[in-house]
Amino acid sequence: MSQVEAAAPKFKLTLSRDVTDVAYRLLAVALICVTLSLVSDAFLTANNLLNVLRQASLVFFMASGLTLVILTGKIDLSIGATVGLSACVAATIIKSTGSPWLGAAAAIGIGGIVGLGNGLMVTKLRIPSFIATYGMLWVAQGATYYYMSGQSVYGFPPGFRALGSGYLLGIPIPIYLMIAFLVIGYFFTKRTTYGQQIYAIGANTVAARLSGIPVNSRLNLVFVLSGAMAGLASLIYLARLNSAEGDIGETLTLPTIAAVVIGGTSLFGGVGSLFGTFIGGLILTLILNGMNLLNLNANWQPLVTGLIVLLAVWLDMKTRSKTDSN
Amino acid sequence: MAPRQTGGDAAAPLLELRGICKTFPGVRALDNVSFPIWPGEIHMLCGENGAGKSSLMKVLCGAYVADEGELFHNGEKVEIKSTLDARKFGIAVIFQEFSLVPYLSVAQNIYLGREFAGKVPGTIDRQKIRSEAQRVLGMIGSDIAIDAPVHTLGVAQQQIVEIAKALSQNARILVMDEPTSALSDTETEHLFGMMRRLKAAGVAIVYISHRMAEVFLLGDRITILRDGKKVATVLPDETSPGDLVQKMVGRKVDAIHRRGANIKAGEVALDVKGLSGPSGISDIHLKVRAGEIVGLCGLVGSGRTEVARAVFGADRVSAGEVTFFGKRFSGGPDEATRRGVALIPESRKAQGLALIRSVGDNIVVAALDRLFPSHVFHRGKAGKVAQAMIKKLRISTPSARRAVQVLSGGNQQKVVIGKWLTADARLFIFDEPTRGIDVGAKAEIFALMYDLVENGAAILMISSELSEIVNVCDRAYVMREGIIAGELSRERLNEENILQLGMHHE
Repeated sequence: MSQVEAAAPKFKLTLSRDVTDVAYRLLAVALICVTLSLVSDAFLTANNLLNVLRQASLVFFMASGLTLVILTGKIDLSIGATVGLSACVAATIIKSTGSPWLGAAAAIGIGGIVGLGNGLMVTKLRIPSFIATYGMLWVAQGATYYYMSGQSVYGFPPGFRALGSGYLLGIPIPIYLMIAFLVIGYFFTKRTTYGQQIYAIGANTVAARLSGIPVNSRLNLVFVLSGAMAGLASLIYLARLNSAEGDIGETLTLPTIAAVVIGGTSLFGGVGSLFGTFIGGLILTLILNGMNLLNLNANWQPLVTGLIVLLAVWLDMKTRSKTDSN
Repeated sequence: MAPRQTGGDAAAPLLELRGICKTFPGVRALDNVSFPIWPGEIHMLCGENGAGKSSLMKVLCGAYVADEGELFHNGEKVEIKSTLDARKFGIAVIFQEFSLVPYLSVAQNIYLGREFAGKVPGTIDRQKIRSEAQRVLGMIGSDIAIDAPVHTLGVAQQQIVEIAKALSQNARILVMDEPTSALSDTETEHLFGMMRRLKAAGVAIVYISHRMAEVFLLGDRITILRDGKKVATVLPDETSPGDLVQKMVGRKVDAIHRRGANIKAGEVALDVKGLSGPSGISDIHLKVRAGEIVGLCGLVGSGRTEVARAVFGADRVSAGEVTFFGKRFSGGPDEATRRGVALIPESRKAQGLALIRSVGDNIVVAALDRLFPSHVFHRGKAGKVAQAMIKKLRISTPSARRAVQVLSGGNQQKVVIGKWLTADARLFIFDEPTRGIDVGAKAEIFALMYDLVENGAAILMISSELSEIVNVCDRAYVMREGIIAGELSRERLNEENILQLGMHHE
């Protein structure tokens, strides 16, 4: 059978799954944009579109690190709590020293340390990532509460606040950062051997290990990156809110996972892309933006998010099983 | 010869198989197998790996439905189409892997799924379950505590729970698959005592064993299978262990081209000294030189795969040393890969390939550090390397970008080999390289192996197919219960000698 196939090759455009998955999603983005511009005059304005992108950038920073973790077939549930801890520590440091740089280093450093803790629990103690990072969620959140002891910190130097709400050439600064990290992330996942190994681990961890990939050290790496990206996200969050309280990151984890999943990254690992995650975050933000513009009750938002997640996963399963069977 | 009745004066066998056939694509697993099972007999079933014992067992318990042939239960023609049918006719199979629930008690396990209803609808009569379990265990003279959770019991006791479970379903025919393989001597004695009591009570036991001593100690009759066919049913006092082995091996069609005898063995590629580990291997010594194909054989479960994994650094070891090309090795699979060692694992799909990834991705995955020392990955270069390997190994795939899961077994195996060729491996450990591969592809895989050693590579090959070991290997080590039972030079390398070393002669 295979002999015959080889003798008469089918001249058929075989696009990699990444490309087709992203193409479907771009189509969805276009569809949503057209619909929203038809039903609301306020949608297609520069101001609103930039606002959407700025919102999407916050989701992207958290979701990009998480995407790496999910590509290996693991999960990080401590993202939101890490954002909270990093934001609060950074806030007090910036307040007391006046140096945004020290605060930034602390936020990213703390995120990285939390991530390393997650990684070591998974690789050394062999705790399933779901449980390890779920435990870490409570530990990081508890540490944040203890650290803040009910206080809130607010009022940061304008130079720091520009990170969240400033403009450069009329475009919000977080959008530049997002584009930069999208490019770096693309290079890391698609153009380095580390990225290739991350995909290989997610596709079959046992085979990856038996093919000489240092699986444990790569897993530690993705957890550290996930934590560090959460630390970075916390800075932008902090700069935008201009205040920090103990519960700052509590509600962020689940929407972040939603963005990754809507973006087409498989929770089983090995399939997906950072660009997909960017679009996933964009779709989520666009829908919420549309609901705001149409004055729909905000209480509907979780329900709509859930439905989009289910729809995205269902469509992926359908399209993928079709490409596999030919 | 009239069938000898060993248990009373039953007029008809408990179960009689007539002309049972079972075919899988490409394999005749059972070919016209007939024999009766009489009440109160212990019927030994012997044969090499792949002779059809497992298939026969599955036909008896209803997991497989025979394509052809008839079954007679107490002289009446019956059909066993499901495990429920098998249970109805009193057939119970005790597999090597137990089907007990670890955290339930002994009594709960015995009546799992058949709990007695309590007075209130929807409730369970726990007291009755306990008393019935006690009764069944008493019947076989066991003193296991009925309330003990099963995971706290040893293997021998778990086996007794399995037997009690079978008997509680009124089993009259007990099929046991190598029941003593994990038991100590005293536990084995205990089990044998229990089997004799069951036999006296008229239960028939079909017993699969690789241990010669057991076969002759317990067996009332011995049926030998080979290549899915029944070779003979013999009485223990009419045969000898040597005769049995002869019947099990028989003469086989030689389908494999044997390698020429002019082997130029070079430097020592692999030197294993006194390797022991928690996976059950102990004091392993072996050497493989460049230019050699060395076999590692023995029965399934004798520790062959465990040796391969320990050598490759995939499993922990507790003692001994491994040397690759003259240098001590004590790392993991990543270090082994860097040293030019390749493991082609026994399960291609679970351990050898990332099935959802492309052929090309799989080919370069072990060579990423070698091909891209700066860690910057070039898709174009990776594609060229993969394309060259596809051509070199004649891997039949429409494109390097096609997912490897759509390829045939033989082509998938070539992808695994290609992965290691790309990584510049010089020592290859093949674990069952031809499993699930059709005859044509087998020949190609062997041709590849010959090519490798002629170009200076070293090969350690594990196989359950004795004819492959005999024809392909230059010499072989035979394993038995975690140790190397012996080494066979090319002159002494034949199926009889392998079986003699690999079987258990207490």
